[in-house]
Amino acid sequence: MAKYTKYPELLSPNGWCPGCGYGIIARLIYEVMEEKGVSQNHIYVGGVGCNANLYGALEGGNKVECHHGRAPVCANGIKALMPDTFVFTIQGDGDCYAIGMGETIIAAHNRFPITVFAVNNANYGMTGGQTAPTTLTGQVTTTSPKGKEGKPFDIIPQMRALGVDYCARGTTASLAEIRKLKKYITKAIDLQLQERKYAFVEILSPCPTNWHKSPLEANEYIMNNVIKYLPLGEYDTSKEE
Amino acid sequence: MKELWKGNEAIAEAAVRAGCKLYVGYPITPQTEIVEYMSARMPELGRKFIQSESEIISINTVIGGAMTGYRCMTSSSGVGISLMQEGLTDAFAKSIPLLLVNVNRCSCGMGGDFGGSTDDYLRDTRGGGNGDYHFIVMVPSTIQEAVDLTYCAWDIAEKYRNPIEIMTEGRLGQMMECVEMPEFKESPKQEWGFDGTTKFMDFGPMRDHDAKYKARMDAIREHEQRWEEYRTEDAETVIVALGMCSRVCKGAVNILREQGEQVGLLRPITAWPFPVKGFEALPETVKRIIVMEVDNDGQVIEDVLITTKKLTRFQNMPIYNLYKPHLYPADEMIDYYRKVISEEEKEVS
Amino acid sequence: MVNITLQMERCKGCGICIANCPKDALAFSNHSNHSGYEYVQVNEETCVKCGTCYIVCPDGVFVFTETITE
Repeated sequence: MAKYTKYPELLSPNGWCPGCGYGIIARLIYEVMEEKGVSQNHIYVGGVGCNANLYGALEGGNKVECHHGRAPVCANGIKALMPDTFVFTIQGDGDCYAIGMGETIIAAHNRFPITVFAVNNANYGMTGGQTAPTTLTGQVTTTSPKGKEGKPFDIIPQMRALGVDYCARGTTASLAEIRKLKKYITKAIDLQLQERKYAFVEILSPCPTNWHKSPLEANEYIMNNVIKYLPLGEYDTSKEE
Repeated sequence: MKELWKGNEAIAEAAVRAGCKLYVGYPITPQTEIVEYMSARMPELGRKFIQSESEIISINTVIGGAMTGYRCMTSSSGVGISLMQEGLTDAFAKSIPLLLVNVNRCSCGMGGDFGGSTDDYLRDTRGGGNGDYHFIVMVPSTIQEAVDLTYCAWDIAEKYRNPIEIMTEGRLGQMMECVEMPEFKESPKQEWGFDGTTKFMDFGPMRDHDAKYKARMDAIREHEQRWEEYRTEDAETVIVALGMCSRVCKGAVNILREQGEQVGLLRPITAWPFPVKGFEALPETVKRIIVMEVDNDGQVIEDVLITTKKLTRFQNMPIYNLYKPHLYPADEMIDYYRKVISEEEKEVS
Repeated sequence: MVNITLQMERCKGCGICIANCPKDALAFSNHSNHSGYEYVQVNEETCVKCGTCYIVCPDGVFVFTETITE
């Protein structure tokens, strides 16, 4: 008689708001790591903000909390001296595209052999919903009371221009997209484990609290509005010559 | 066998021989020779060299590397170290024994004189970042000393799990001297270093100023004070100077001694912890202290004043302060000394 | 045989599982957990153990256990 638990027992209760996508992201990454046999042997480099809750949610492996925006370069330092260990970062959009834009681009340009997950909720969640580079045109935040001017920042064309081997954008807003997102995460993690290559995955995550929406409305907002500006999809050139 | 080495390259080679496994650097005058030397030397030995895109990236990459338990270093100068501050305070909070080499340039803003001074003294000894923290700061005055201090830097840093800094100067980095290079030594991975599997790491953030923090700081203050006394045996006047300035002071002391003056030199080697014990050890004959330094507004004087307040014997002793933005000749030091003796110069109130 | 159990203390009452359940087997329970959230309950008779709720739940409330008899 065998017992099979689908949910990883090591994944702790988390401290995010109701309806936040981070819980799903943590679970997906954890599941993939378990499938690849690195769930107890990895180093997670994180940033500041809502993703600090990940330190409690993911168990096993080593964790580092970095200054805002510096996670990819810190991960590169670790990877330089521990090349056989799986090293990945999870950063928010303010972390990755505002204060850490330099590090994000440099990590991609220099092909650091790490995996970067950027969680995009179109605002600064932890500090109470301020304008981020990814905030949509016209979206009202606490620092754009009349709606944001200008376009939201789209990382995927930048990553493609830099010629990274794998970049993708998924979302946790619907059942079908979560299934796709798991495939993206699997490919990104595989790329580091098997070929020591850089991979970048952006995940659109709802922020019901700061968008002032119910969890279901927030998911609908992503599927109806956000993906018009930031289209989903993957770009895999790792197999091309 | 002694060989002729350039200051910056000698520090780099000493770090390599002490077991540096990862060097991350960004070019900045007058420190660039360290980056250049390491770019060839580290891969030669199968170690890692990374040229970063900014000093912020340097320090954060080194923090990542050092968390694996291996010896890692970075180096910079002036504004570069200012940029690093967010990482330096983080390195202290994470208890990471990394090595930072600061090849001082001179003055604020962009920095003017690349010959250097010790005007980063207060920033580096007080901890220039947020929160209260200290790096162990060692100030060499010769290239041989720079090599010896670099060679033992990680041993001290790992003992206390505290970051360490070698504060040298542009002149010392650019000139050449005969140096006896130490042998290569083993630098095994530290037991607290990342292995990918440990559930909780001993990287206790120093957020709550707990007993551990105080114990670490007190132990460093107690055991790591270093200083050099020069001809202080019967001195009535003691000159306090560090770095390159102390070398000129030595010349001034020799000249004054020939003229029959009872003058000696106390040279702090560790700027933090400041060598209070060195002052305690001074002979009873001391009547006055002159602090000579190279900066715009008297920085070492602050530590001397605090120290003399702590020690009963020095509490009412007159203390004088000579500072100039550029390194000055022994003649000017002797002139100042004469004015002090003839009471033309006022003591620091 | 597959069993579904709910870790009610983790539930934050976001309702995403209820909206996604293809068999309408999930509903709010009118009870609060320790954190003060109204948690969901499952109707075992209509539930087909498809696992949708497991995929969409951000908080790991749903645990599926499979017992294999040899």
